[in-house]
Amino acid sequence: MTDIDFGPRKLYQADDPDRMDQSVKSEKLVKTHCCFCGQQCGMQLKVYNNKVIGVEPWEDFPFNKGMLCPKGVKRYLQNSHPDRLLEAYQKQEGEFHPIDYNKAIEKTAQAIKEAQDKYGKDSVALLTGASLTTEKTYLIGKFARTGLQTANIDYNGRLCMVSAGAACKKAFGIDRAANPWDDIKKSEVIWIAGSNVAECSPITTEYIWAAKERGAKIIVVDPRITPLARNCDLYLPVRPGRDVVLFNGILKIMIENGQLDEEFIDKHTVGFDKVKEHVQQWTLDKTAKETGIHPDLILKAAELWGEAQSSFMLHARGIEHHSHGVANVLGAINLVLASGRIGREGCGYAMITGQANGQGGREHGQKCDQLPGGRDIENPEHRKYISEVWGIDEKELPGKGVDAYEIFRKIEKGEIKALISICFNPVVSLPDNNYVRKMLEKLDFYSAIEFFMSESSEYADIILPGSLQEEDEGTVTQVEGRVVKINKATTPPGNAKEDWKIVQDIASALGREKGFQFKNPKEIFEELRVASKGGVNDYSGITWDKIEKNYGVFWPCTSEDHPGTPRLFEPGSWNSVAQGAGPFYFPDGKARFNVSEYTPPKDPTSREYPLFLTTGRVVSQFLSGNQTRRIGPLSDQCPDPFVEIHPKLAERFNIQNDDLVRLKSRRGEAVFKALVAKTIRPDTLFVPYHWGGKQSINALTIAAQDPISKIPEYKVCAVHIEKVENSKEEKSL
Amino acid sequence: MSVSSDMAFFIDPNRCIGCESCVQACAECDTHKGHSMIHLETVERAESPQTTPMVCMHCDSPTCAEVCPADAIKRTPDGVVQTAKKPRCISCNNCVYSCPFGVPKMNTEYELMMKCDMCYDRTSEGKKPMCATVCPSQALTFGKKEDVIKEREKSKAVNQFQFGNQTITTKVYMMVPDDESANEVNITDSLKNKVVNKNIEDHLDHVELDFLDEL
Repeated sequence: MTDIDFGPRKLYQADDPDRMDQSVKSEKLVKTHCCFCGQQCGMQLKVYNNKVIGVEPWEDFPFNKGMLCPKGVKRYLQNSHPDRLLEAYQKQEGEFHPIDYNKAIEKTAQAIKEAQDKYGKDSVALLTGASLTTEKTYLIGKFARTGLQTANIDYNGRLCMVSAGAACKKAFGIDRAANPWDDIKKSEVIWIAGSNVAECSPITTEYIWAAKERGAKIIVVDPRITPLARNCDLYLPVRPGRDVVLFNGILKIMIENGQLDEEFIDKHTVGFDKVKEHVQQWTLDKTAKETGIHPDLILKAAELWGEAQSSFMLHARGIEHHSHGVANVLGAINLVLASGRIGREGCGYAMITGQANGQGGREHGQKCDQLPGGRDIENPEHRKYISEVWGIDEKELPGKGVDAYEIFRKIEKGEIKALISICFNPVVSLPDNNYVRKMLEKLDFYSAIEFFMSESSEYADIILPGSLQEEDEGTVTQVEGRVVKINKATTPPGNAKEDWKIVQDIASALGREKGFQFKNPKEIFEELRVASKGGVNDYSGITWDKIEKNYGVFWPCTSEDHPGTPRLFEPGSWNSVAQGAGPFYFPDGKARFNVSEYTPPKDPTSREYPLFLTTGRVVSQFLSGNQTRRIGPLSDQCPDPFVEIHPKLAERFNIQNDDLVRLKSRRGEAVFKALVAKTIRPDTLFVPYHWGGKQSINALTIAAQDPISKIPEYKVCAVHIEKVENSKEEKSL
Repeated sequence: MSVSSDMAFFIDPNRCIGCESCVQACAECDTHKGHSMIHLETVERAESPQTTPMVCMHCDSPTCAEVCPADAIKRTPDGVVQTAKKPRCISCNNCVYSCPFGVPKMNTEYELMMKCDMCYDRTSEGKKPMCATVCPSQALTFGKKEDVIKEREKSKAVNQFQFGNQTITTKVYMMVPDDESANEVNITDSLKNKVVNKNIEDHLDHVELDFLDEL
């Protein structure tokens, strides 16, 4: 690179006089939502001189009532950051040089044309993200199919929500949290499976504590005693990768104890008999042995869940990031359906969405197999409807593409030659990332839309300067299925542009501007309303005004006088698929039990790699860390990754707290500081994943994927541990 | 303007998840930008993720003010113990040494004792303090006293503490499990006891490492 410093540098409040001087008052307070996780906390940004100078809580917003995690409090420091990309860049002889924005667009279009002329339409791929507004995701999905006419678009929700989504569609016919979060407070038993709520969805903590205060019992299933598990009623330390075994074992006990809601199963579900037969193999002893959980704890959990009158099942990536992630989720759903406790106040089920728009971003067409409205790209009727909305011949609409990881395998095979990415940092976030890096190097052309240089965009030929969340407006759909409005606080600085403009500029340079002449995000939303109409994910009755007046609108919302649907599956409710036949989204209105079969993790432990490695997040960092590692106070809260190790295991390998240890897997290795604590299973190690380069745990993780959802198995692989004795290595870190 | 007598501040360490949102929010205050007045303690990380936040307890008879030779620390009639007044503070550290809760901090750069004033700029105008507004677990809560006590059935609000022979009554309440009695704080006793939830930790005890030998 040239002497341009792309960072990451840490920015502090004290670095900017406008953010320190008491006499500088904000010119306006902009009501909006957080740029980070799927909770989408309402907040107000303090704006002065086209700069966000601070955050003021927004106590009227009903989901978080002013509450914010540290990321929300400090997110304003990403704005006016010295690392902000203000220009387009071109890489020449391995170094980035500023280039005129229009030239960068032309060069991108030129490279796309060359690749497509020579190797076919599908030789160009798009990698996108679920932190983008729904308007952007809709536009980019449309751009891939009609602008580039490639099948190969997929998004980073592939690493996040797809196991939950696929299982929910199989069981309920709809992919969304079934209940508003207020139902958590009214539940007697809350089962939290594979979710570090306190660090990954902090605001949910208060809902759980409020329930506990009213007498609810909290069950946490996790290989680690997380900050929330510390104070739960029952903690089940599951062996990584065995969640479905526990669910099946519990269901068998419920059957034996006669704790099923027979009437509900009979009237509102199909497929129970097969599931009942399947779980018979999971005797208490066998369940305890496979899950590594003491039988008494399993019995206690079965007793609490079996006898509850109201309950809420919550899960997150802990059960979903597996080569059998869909089966894990189906096991959880089977427990809910068998209890009949769904579709009522205080009786709920939800996956906890990860990214800002983890929900909306998986609904309207940036997934490789999907069209807007949650439609199926292989369904002839769905294709016909969307082709009409887009004004194209259905034959021109590409078919199903491949998932985000498979895109890299297609690069290896030479089938994909050019890539455009936005809101995706695969070099940090994908498993076995040494492979990912090699594949980016192999591309003929790579153009990245970015606001900060990332570990991935360093491989790009062209960088297009995009927008921060607060520099544009649009909608996102948060964890409960509530569509909320992101408002613009500042304009993009320098030559940076709103992302949707960049996409339209590329379309125009390709001479494919038809359908890409939106003047603003609101116009995109209006087209999205039409495109989603009649689909399961129906937004047709939602308007921006309605969102702002009602603190968000829950989809499905089928007409402008429809109030939205906070709670799904209420008895007697109507939906577009069942048409009144029942509350679930199948033609007969009934939910589906699905056999949830256990298959072991793909990376077996051995003499050489005897321990389980699991990965996850810390509260002050977010995903690949490209934003939070630049926000001084957040980065300082957890500046480096660490490996959490139980003292029993540490003693075995002569490891003390703060010692450097090397972890090795069959794919890669890295060195971390040890955090010796009794808060993790002694056979398991935990490392957070927010860092790149030598600190990247994803150099070790396995690219095994769920056969249905294609989610990678981040939550378990086999590793070797050794103490680093060489002090030279310490200095080089 | 003053802080309404209906409103009260509660600390519930049981709820704390150690996220540091309070610490980050405190440093956003207009009157002490960049400096957090909150102490967030990790109790014993090797044993448990337990953390506990500490703000000024706003004593009825504040020891910090009583020992201040410069009379720099004032308690307003609404019960809020204000931070030291800059022109008076001689940065002698008496308050830092004497506070039974370990709250005041000496900022040598400013030669000024600084401590939590319950966000007086906000609370005196009817708003909540910044930390208690943002706290995701509501381990720090500010609200109508009777409402909070009613909502938290399983907890007991305590505002009387015994330090040796000194009984201290505070404006801020500490939430304790309702079956616990207010206990005398004796530092040597508390050093001997491990402050962890034994039940949860025990759940890992049965996980053995025999498999390492068998492989």
